[in-house]
Amino acid sequence: MIPRRKKRLGWTLGLVFGVAASLGLILYAMSEQVDLFYTPSQVHDGLGADKVKPVVGQRLRIGGMVVEGSVQRNPQTLEVSFRVTDTGPEVTILYQGILPDLFREGQGIVAQGVMIEPLVLEATEVLAKHDEEYMPPELAEQMKGIKHVNPNSNEAYNQDGGSP
Amino acid sequence: MWRWLHPYAKGEASYRLLGKMLPWFSVLAVIGVVVGVGWGLAFAPPDYQQGDSYRIIFIHVPAALYSMGSFTGMAIVALIALVWQIRTAEWSINAIAPVGAVMTAISLFTGAVWGKPMWGTWWEWDARLTSQLILLFLYIGVIALYHAFEDKRTGAKAAAILSLVGVVNVPIIHYSVYWWNTLHQTSTITKFAKPSMPMSMATPLYIALFGFAMLTAALICWRLRNEILKQELHRPWVQQELLGDNAAQTEGQ
Repeated sequence: MIPRRKKRLGWTLGLVFGVAASLGLILYAMSEQVDLFYTPSQVHDGLGADKVKPVVGQRLRIGGMVVEGSVQRNPQTLEVSFRVTDTGPEVTILYQGILPDLFREGQGIVAQGVMIEPLVLEATEVLAKHDEEYMPPELAEQMKGIKHVNPNSNEAYNQDGGSP
Repeated sequence: MWRWLHPYAKGEASYRLLGKMLPWFSVLAVIGVVVGVGWGLAFAPPDYQQGDSYRIIFIHVPAALYSMGSFTGMAIVALIALVWQIRTAEWSINAIAPVGAVMTAISLFTGAVWGKPMWGTWWEWDARLTSQLILLFLYIGVIALYHAFEDKRTGAKAAAILSLVGVVNVPIIHYSVYWWNTLHQTSTITKFAKPSMPMSMATPLYIALFGFAMLTAALICWRLRNEILKQELHRPWVQQELLGDNAAQTEGQ
């Protein structure tokens, strides 16, 4: 390779690695800010080395699994309350509004709102989180014992609590 | 290897090679996209939780994958353009960028359409969605820079530098769902472990992935051929190519 090209190659690769390294350091420094949500464990135990816990009145997002059997609805209004967990600690979510199609007990969700007690969040928005598993209904029934219910059929509305 | 590659630095040799490949890519693209997407949309079984809504995956995943693949390819030709200063490599940047930008836009749009009923929102500023949006802006930036200068070679150089700097974003997009908590789910098929879907769903998805790869390749070939013709319009071989033997005869008389 002629020296002129070698020099240009050096400059170009240097540029790419320089940008990659600086961007990597930036993203590492703000790693906790890039997270979309906090887990119930982080809310319970505190975040990072300083164990910073959220204060009452703070706005944040919490993501976790809906605890089986924890969904309680008010039959007169759209009020709903449920608990979310990840590895142990549970956080109670209060919400008023329409839940997304994928909302089920055992399903991952992300709730955005205001902490009104140390472990209670009053949500303004509840989003369902989907995992990367896809399978036909027959297979799901065999493997997990999940009865498939079309969310648009009447059957779905007769079920209590929207469990699958 | 250099001796084998070197003829393609010339426009004419590249033009003829691309002309030979284009019909193959086009035919395979039509077959792959029609069979893969058609099978996926009409015949694959529904998902146990999402019902029929999951079928957007047969368009969303291929578009997203090749939006990143095109950018990586563009960065490789940008490196060649900067270091070896080969003109066909510079033109390739302009051939690839709009194709990749459209793939990025398709992935963002299909994702939003799927997100509304499934997640409950069109858009969320999570790491995966945001980094994919940045990819779209990078593509637009590359296209804009390429055309921003009077002198085409200066524009190509500037676009090449942005492609090389921007390629850092591609691994960030791919690993964003593993590095941070995101609303977007992790990869179903582009991982080393077994795909998290049964063969009845994965087969049409693989065919659609193949079809979209061929489609991307065909569009890039087609654009690069046009670009070569446009840039070398004054060369005798282009006149011969476009006007056929008539022109050669008239000139001879």
